[in-house]
Amino acid sequence: MKDISQYLELFRTERDLIDAHSVPALNALRDEAAAAFERMGFPSKKVERYRYTDVATAFAPNYGLNLSRLHIPVNPYEAFRCDIPNLSTSVYFVVNDSLYKDALPKATLPKGVIVDSLNALSMLDEVQAVHSPFSIFHSEDSLTALNSMLAQDALLIYIRAGVRAERPIQVVNILRSAVPLMVNRKVRIVAEAGAEVRLLFCDHAADDQDFLATQVMEVSVGEGAHVELYELEETHARCHRFANLYADVAAGGHLTHATLTLTNGLTRNQTDVCLSGKEASVNLLGCAITDGQQHVDNNTLIDHRAPGCTSRELYKYVVDEQSEGAFAGRILVREQAGQTESQETNANLVCTPEARIWTQPMLEIYADDVQCSHGSTVGQLNDEALFYMRQRGISESEARLLLKQAFASEVLNHITLEPLRDRLHYLIDKRFRGELNHCRTCRLCNKS
Amino acid sequence: MSEEIIVTVPEDSNSFVRSVAEKSYEYGFTTDVETEVIERGLTEETVRLISEKKGEPAWLLDFRLKAFRYWQTQKQPTWGHLQLPPIDYQAISYYADPTKKKKTLGGSPAEIDPELMRTFDKLGIPLEERMALSGTAVDAVMDSVSVKTTFREKLAEQGIIFCSISEAVKQHPELVQKYLGSVVPYRDNYFAALNSAVFSDGSFVYIPKGVRCPMELSTYFRINAQGTGQFERTLIVCDEDAYVSYLEGCTAPMRDENQLHAAIVEIVVEARAEVKYSTVQNWYPGDKDGKGGVLNLVTKRGLLRGKNAKLSWTQVETGSAITWKYPSCVLAGEGSQAEFYSVAVTNNLQQADTGTKMIHLAPRTRSTIISKGISAGRSQNSYRGLVRVAAKAEGARNYSSCDSLLLSSTCGAHTFPYMDVQNPTAVLEHEATTSKISEDQLFYCQQRGISQEEAVGLIVNGYAKDVLNKLPMEFAVEAQKLLSVSLEGTVG
Repeated sequence: MKDISQYLELFRTERDLIDAHSVPALNALRDEAAAAFERMGFPSKKVERYRYTDVATAFAPNYGLNLSRLHIPVNPYEAFRCDIPNLSTSVYFVVNDSLYKDALPKATLPKGVIVDSLNALSMLDEVQAVHSPFSIFHSEDSLTALNSMLAQDALLIYIRAGVRAERPIQVVNILRSAVPLMVNRKVRIVAEAGAEVRLLFCDHAADDQDFLATQVMEVSVGEGAHVELYELEETHARCHRFANLYADVAAGGHLTHATLTLTNGLTRNQTDVCLSGKEASVNLLGCAITDGQQHVDNNTLIDHRAPGCTSRELYKYVVDEQSEGAFAGRILVREQAGQTESQETNANLVCTPEARIWTQPMLEIYADDVQCSHGSTVGQLNDEALFYMRQRGISESEARLLLKQAFASEVLNHITLEPLRDRLHYLIDKRFRGELNHCRTCRLCNKS
Repeated sequence: MSEEIIVTVPEDSNSFVRSVAEKSYEYGFTTDVETEVIERGLTEETVRLISEKKGEPAWLLDFRLKAFRYWQTQKQPTWGHLQLPPIDYQAISYYADPTKKKKTLGGSPAEIDPELMRTFDKLGIPLEERMALSGTAVDAVMDSVSVKTTFREKLAEQGIIFCSISEAVKQHPELVQKYLGSVVPYRDNYFAALNSAVFSDGSFVYIPKGVRCPMELSTYFRINAQGTGQFERTLIVCDEDAYVSYLEGCTAPMRDENQLHAAIVEIVVEARAEVKYSTVQNWYPGDKDGKGGVLNLVTKRGLLRGKNAKLSWTQVETGSAITWKYPSCVLAGEGSQAEFYSVAVTNNLQQADTGTKMIHLAPRTRSTIISKGISAGRSQNSYRGLVRVAAKAEGARNYSSCDSLLLSSTCGAHTFPYMDVQNPTAVLEHEATTSKISEDQLFYCQQRGISQEEAVGLIVNGYAKDVLNKLPMEFAVEAQKLLSVSLEGTVG
């Protein structure tokens, strides 16, 4: 219950302002969300899913909110260019929590694909009517409730049935502020039956400021649809991210979701995937490379509700210095979900005595005709492999680097988009060399 | 309570092995002995009364009262994957003594109620010296009181103390006071606090330095009286370079109501000593509709205090309506080793949430966890385990493997492993699999004329072999039969 009062108070006193700069679809949720948030409070570490992250402390400082939606001038290209060589993407920028539309060449999207903010789309009855989705989840998670209580806009990505979006869609989230700022992002992704899309979300911070971001993403994968969703976080030590993702995969649909945390302050990603149709499949991937005081907590739930579904899960962590990594993955196989195949793997490298790792792979199975397995390991780099390389004239630090890269690349190898995979390999390589922030066009680096 | 009593019963080969049931629950009979039961309910007065009845010293009463006051401030935990029926702690009698009345009536204290003797005989535990043939010394505990401990003198020759804990309080107060609550403090958890307040009896074992206990020590627990709970407390201290193998078995009569069993086992292992603790738990599991059965809510923990100490827990869990039990090891001595082997079988409406904790505190400590869950009927079977490696535990090593076998489409098998690692040189591995019994294997057996039920028994025993192999010979045979019996009629 600690400190929820400042958020409730803000909500109650500024309700009109919040509503005025938002849309009815989101305003309609607020009362219920506020009630749920008040009832649940911030989850303490005694709440099973929040064991590893101290939420209340992260939310305790006094952050500003841009409730009147003041326009923050920014040149996104200057702020950051997250380019992927050899891959042309349709790029969108979200500054704090609103879609940034100034001075950008309009990305051309195939017919039947919409990427826009809900505020702009509120007239598009078609989309609104078919997917009046923002939703149902506040009663379960207090941070989702908090997000729904305060979020004023949402990014909508919609792919009509049977449409294949050839070019990946890239969304760059930029945090930009002169004062400590809290942002509440909402994303709704709908891929109708047979649709196909690849999405890349990159998180960046353009200012050396305290940021607190909550994000609620809802993903619907239609029958036979194919969605790949990659999230890459490269912020800094003063950024706090709480991202909840809720995905539903219909019969024969497939979802690949990857979270890559390279630099950050405190991150908690909660990913809930429901396989609700026959023979749906999901592939969850995660990689976190941490040092300093970084804290990364990935909490996943895969809910098998239909027969013949497949799930794969692979999370890898390299925790260095005083950083902390946590992984909790729960696989739930319900009674009706026969012929389930599920595999969960979590591997971790702990590099110093101050670093800490928690891992908790869970299986909860109520059906009998299933094949489920999970494995998790915590260990170090293989001494023999190190020795082998040193024998061949590779310096120790280089050998270590190579082994760490090899360790992380198992996750990346599941990424089907080759240019993206190469780019991520490159970023991870730079990350291990400690050069990540020295990019060509990044404002932060150029400043120093 | 249990003086040096020698009673001869007709010669019979050790029926412990032979007598394991073909029926569903063979130990469901009750014994008609006169039992002194104190009034139901739990207040500070009850605690004082128990202490008074046992003629305890002030420090122990003080320990009980502290525990009781702490218990009152606590709430029953709900985190287990269990649906625990509400327990009315005031409806239970906290002390039942089947030996008492006989003694006062019969005059001679050297005589155990023959009915009681027959009970333990039926259970396959003849309480006399020919147990020497099987090399086991037994402490039999019925309801709240240790009925008899065999082989005391022989063990005493080597300085081994094996007696009921009430007796130990009187005869070796310095040892009990030193170690009681040192591994499981009364503030440890809700049920530990309850047990510390009202514990009635249990076994005490002390193996002096350098002594290898020549026989296996064994305690047999039985709940008999109605409306009572059993709160026994076992304390094993194995001094430097010593060795002991300890067995524990339990049964209870069939009753419609749930019976509460909240025990504590504490083990202290000093440098280079080794303790093997084996349990075959066969409390009454309740009937097919989940009526009755024992609520088995137990805290077991070993402290590996010295260098290169070794502790091994082996458990076969087939009984109890609800099992909530995590035999754990605190590896505080450098180079110490801990092992946990478990087979848990649940059938009908049984629920089990069991596993272990391995707390690595010292360098070069090693632990192994092998857990096999078998669920059938409409039961729920969970493995829950924690492996923690503290910052100082250089080179700690853990291997965990948890497999679950599903025998019906209405049961559940769950795995909740936790790992918490703070040391960069630790190596931990965990793997788990869940699958249903292989149709190919069943088919193969049936093709060769083995009935389906037998085939299931064979496959399950093969599956659990890794663990059964770790049991002492006698127990292994019993456990194997128990597995087949527990799973009777589960497939098909």
